[in-house]
Amino acid sequence: MNDREIIMEHYQHPLNRKKNDDPMYLHVNTRNESCIDNIDLYVKFNDNIIEDITFMGEACAISISATSIMIKNLIGKTCEEALNYIREFYKMTNGEEFNENILKEGCAYSDVARQGHRKTCANLPFKGIEKAILSHLR
Amino acid sequence: MNREDFPLLKEDIIYFDNGATSLKPVCVIDKIKEYYTKYPVNAHRGDYDLAYKVDQEYENTRELVKEFINARDLEEIVFTSGTTEALNMIVEGFFAPLLEPGDEVLLTMSEHASNVLPWFRLPKKKGVLVNYIPLDSNYYLTIDNVKKMISPKTKVISIAGITNVIGDIRPIKEICKLAHENNIFVCLDGAQMVPHMKVDVTDLDVDFLAFSAHKMCGPTGVGVLYGKRELLEHLEPTILGGGMNESFDTPDEIYLKELPARLEAGTRNIAGVIGFGEAIKYLNAMGMDKIHKYEIDLRKYLIDKLIPLKHIDIINIESDSGIVTFNVTDVFSQDVAYYLNKYNICVRAGNHCAKILKSSVGVNNTVRISLYFYNTYEEIDDLVELLSDYQKIVKEMI
Ligand SMILES: Cc1ncc(COP(=O)(O)O)c(C=O)c1O
Repeated sequence: MNDREIIMEHYQHPLNRKKNDDPMYLHVNTRNESCIDNIDLYVKFNDNIIEDITFMGEACAISISATSIMIKNLIGKTCEEALNYIREFYKMTNGEEFNENILKEGCAYSDVARQGHRKTCANLPFKGIEKAILSHLR
Repeated sequence: MNREDFPLLKEDIIYFDNGATSLKPVCVIDKIKEYYTKYPVNAHRGDYDLAYKVDQEYENTRELVKEFINARDLEEIVFTSGTTEALNMIVEGFFAPLLEPGDEVLLTMSEHASNVLPWFRLPKKKGVLVNYIPLDSNYYLTIDNVKKMISPKTKVISIAGITNVIGDIRPIKEICKLAHENNIFVCLDGAQMVPHMKVDVTDLDVDFLAFSAHKMCGPTGVGVLYGKRELLEHLEPTILGGGMNESFDTPDEIYLKELPARLEAGTRNIAGVIGFGEAIKYLNAMGMDKIHKYEIDLRKYLIDKLIPLKHIDIINIESDSGIVTFNVTDVFSQDVAYYLNKYNICVRAGNHCAKILKSSVGVNNTVRISLYFYNTYEEIDDLVELLSDYQKIVKEMI
């Protein structure tokens, strides 16, 4: 699949898009400056491991698909591995050198992120999960 | 109309986001440049020729604004940084001191945040009630609903003349008449109305009016607070400093200037005000009635072409202004905006700073097209062609 197909697949069939009232999950909301993309993430930690992530929300194709790809790649990772993944993702959307082996499908956004505000859309779920991890580690 | 006056329109771009701000004609840009190159000094401060020239230019804009909205006195025209600042001054400087616990402010659900949030400070601060006049099924404000809502506790109705999401024109004159018969003040948010049609404050009999220069071919950072003189005399300055006082010695001995200087503290946006004067002259030369009629015709042309498209859900089929709000089936509004952006078409996606969509229409976000006199039928054809092909939208939205 090419980048566009990967993004469309995750947009049309996102992973774990469901509301989550389970008290074991940490809830974080993440939205961009124009207040239009708006995503709620629900994260379950088992000690240092991200055991599960689900999400709800209304957002553009880029934000929704990036959330799904993030969920796919971060579940099962330790907090440190996840933070490392997030760092690589930001490097890519900043147009810097990044590690493709770490990002896997996440690489699909290397072009999209160059289109002005779209970068913010792609980063959005990562900003949210980063907040959740940091507050868990504290 | 008048496309040749707008430098940006020489580029390959279609600008449909006039509700956010308008483009600037070359005469306004030149006027601002003239200030910065030929007499770039402060207003109301100097005794030399250049300072005199600036004063003349600055006050000339006040004269132009006064005539443009048909105010009675020059003192009724106060320059602000925009609609938002003007509305905050009206609420904080006039109504906050006046209103008492249990008094009621009436708004509607389709007001812009700038005409809601300033009022929201009053319940906590003063025990004032903020309530909403219901809208009809087209999201219009009818005089009957105003009648139903007002009561002896109602002290002010604050509404937009044209709303920025639905684009309906409110019956302001009738509302003012009804309000005044009941001792209620009317505050008019003219941000979307003054740029697009003739607004005559004397004929409408509004008590306060706020609007922004940047939505009417003028520069950013300039707006107007109009108030009936007898009311403005009671509007307490919310910002104090240079230019607005006669003298000061101790906290108990501060003597303020007369209107309007009292409400224009600090160095104003002089370049902006002077440029704004040029924008008013420009609009006057075109004629506000002509502009309004052109926009209505253009909108009708657009709506007639959008209605047959099954995948386009228009929120405001009816409306007498240049605003069209819609969604494309199963496509997020921002993705539609990005798709059109690929073809150099500028439209706005989002909630447009108003609660109406969420609370009444039942959608959080939409695409908004807002027209101005320089838009053309050909531009509408280009837009409609791009919106006609649903598969293309889905394919090219990312
Ligand atoms: C109806 C309405 N009121 C108020 C405003 C605020 O205007 P400004 O940002 O120029 O202060 C706007 C601008 O979008 C508007 O559309």
